[in-house]
Amino acid sequence: MLKGKAFKFGDDISTDHICPGRYYHLRSDLPELAKHAMEDADTEFTCKVKAGDFIVAGSNFGLGSSREHAAVVIKMSGVSAVLAKSAARIFYRNAINVGLPLLICDTDRIGDGDELEIDFESSTVKDITTGDELRFGNFPDVMLRILEEGGLIPYIKRHGDFKT
Amino acid sequence: MGKTIAERILSDSSGKDARAGDIVIAHVDLAFVQDGTGPLAQRQLAESGLKSLADPQRTVLFLDHAAPVPSKELANDHMTLRRFAIESGAVLSEVGEGVCHQLVAESYASPGQVIVGADSHTVTAGALGAFATGMGSTDVAVAMALGKTWFRVPESFKVTVSGVFPRGVYAKDLILHLIGVLGADGATYKSLEFGGETVDNMSMAQRFTIANMAVEAGAKVGLFPADEVTRRYLDSRGRGDSFRPVAPDADADYEKSCDIDAASLEPTVSMPHTVDNTTLASELKGVRLAQVVIGTCTNGRLEDIAVAADILKGRKRHPDTRLLVAPASRGVLQKAIEAGYVQTLLDAGATFLPPGCGPCVGVHQGVLGDGEACLSTANRNFKGRMGNPNGLIYLASPATAAASAIAGEITDPREFM
Repeated sequence: MLKGKAFKFGDDISTDHICPGRYYHLRSDLPELAKHAMEDADTEFTCKVKAGDFIVAGSNFGLGSSREHAAVVIKMSGVSAVLAKSAARIFYRNAINVGLPLLICDTDRIGDGDELEIDFESSTVKDITTGDELRFGNFPDVMLRILEEGGLIPYIKRHGDFKT
Repeated sequence: MGKTIAERILSDSSGKDARAGDIVIAHVDLAFVQDGTGPLAQRQLAESGLKSLADPQRTVLFLDHAAPVPSKELANDHMTLRRFAIESGAVLSEVGEGVCHQLVAESYASPGQVIVGADSHTVTAGALGAFATGMGSTDVAVAMALGKTWFRVPESFKVTVSGVFPRGVYAKDLILHLIGVLGADGATYKSLEFGGETVDNMSMAQRFTIANMAVEAGAKVGLFPADEVTRRYLDSRGRGDSFRPVAPDADADYEKSCDIDAASLEPTVSMPHTVDNTTLASELKGVRLAQVVIGTCTNGRLEDIAVAADILKGRKRHPDTRLLVAPASRGVLQKAIEAGYVQTLLDAGATFLPPGCGPCVGVHQGVLGDGEACLSTANRNFKGRMGNPNGLIYLASPATAAASAIAGEITDPREFM
């Protein structure tokens, strides 16, 4: 069960919004890089977000570059899950690989600042502010197993290979 | 039921009867990283406990995005990758050799292969009939060590192109037009498979431009059949023996079909801040440009530089418009010198950048000032992409770029042809 506040964003939030290229030189200094998470979508984001909060976006979240740093800095900013109407393919895989749940659901029904509760057992998002309840889509088995281990590296450390 | 190109390649590489929607573990023929994603891949590999690379000679580390380096932090990242190459036996591609995707095309990719790169434009090699896709650092690190990765077999869209390109219209206009039609997420998770008489007659340079941008519609891969054009290209690179024909079955199942009449296309431009925000170059007359960029993995090949040189020959860039040219590889630059294109472009007022990614990613070599507009032959125009969230990026063909550099504003290239 995860609990936190919704930070709402629109459609087509790219990895350039999430982790701008002008901070390329900070990619090997992740704590420093994470200070700029979401900077080109909301310059105040890292000041406002608290541990456990959620990014709630529209469609095609994370489009663009393959930079896994985008998923990493979101996680390091304290965000416990990203909710979106849809996500770009590479970002989706990266999020799961770094242990950041990315849940696909109808985010139009969630308002900015709403208090949310996420239950993985029942695949539901409860909007405590409005009383609304919505379901998120299931992961393919292979992704679920990676997410359950906390990411691809912990998964490989445990299994040594992909389980078929 | 027959197979799409994606189903065919993933069946061969997984040893399973792979169909759209299946999850398969596929053998990886080439895995690569670049200087922005490689250091994280190296750290993840060290953390994973996997000790060695599955095939060091098929693992390549490219120094191209920040090359030569503009800061001490990036100099240290380059050192990390050089050390990793020595310790692991991986191949290192040094500063000045060129953009990873161009070098993969020139020296590594072959039809029927599975290629994973920690860079989203890895899809470029789909032009050679390789299942080539971008992934994050961790996925590629694991693929480097295990020699395999997991895939969900994508559904496919068939894109059939007929007709002859009119004067001033190129493959870049076609792919920008297609992305405008599909939308930036119109092909998410899908394989875009290109065919038709126009594709049969297309040069490899044009195919690379189209495959390169498949990801801008969200696609996992952009695949071309491997045919006589492919064979001649591989022959010219001394790799003719790596050719094998790749084609979809006649009764393959496609989720969607798009037909494009090349003859009806016009010079097309993507406007800020998304690639699918397309219009015609002629509609943007009057948009003043501070900078024009010709190059990148999308349009930095010899054929692209030739088109630009042809238009700029005997002319000058507008005094208010900087013109930057970044050849995609050392080989491209050498051939452009031999052909006289470099001299022509220098005479026209161009600034040459070293072979590599140039200003495309906003790291160096042409960052935009506040409110400045740039027209680039690159593949992305997201807010902040070229190093400044207050910059404006337009995307177009090398011909439109050359004509716009002369006029100092966005210009239909047919005005100068």
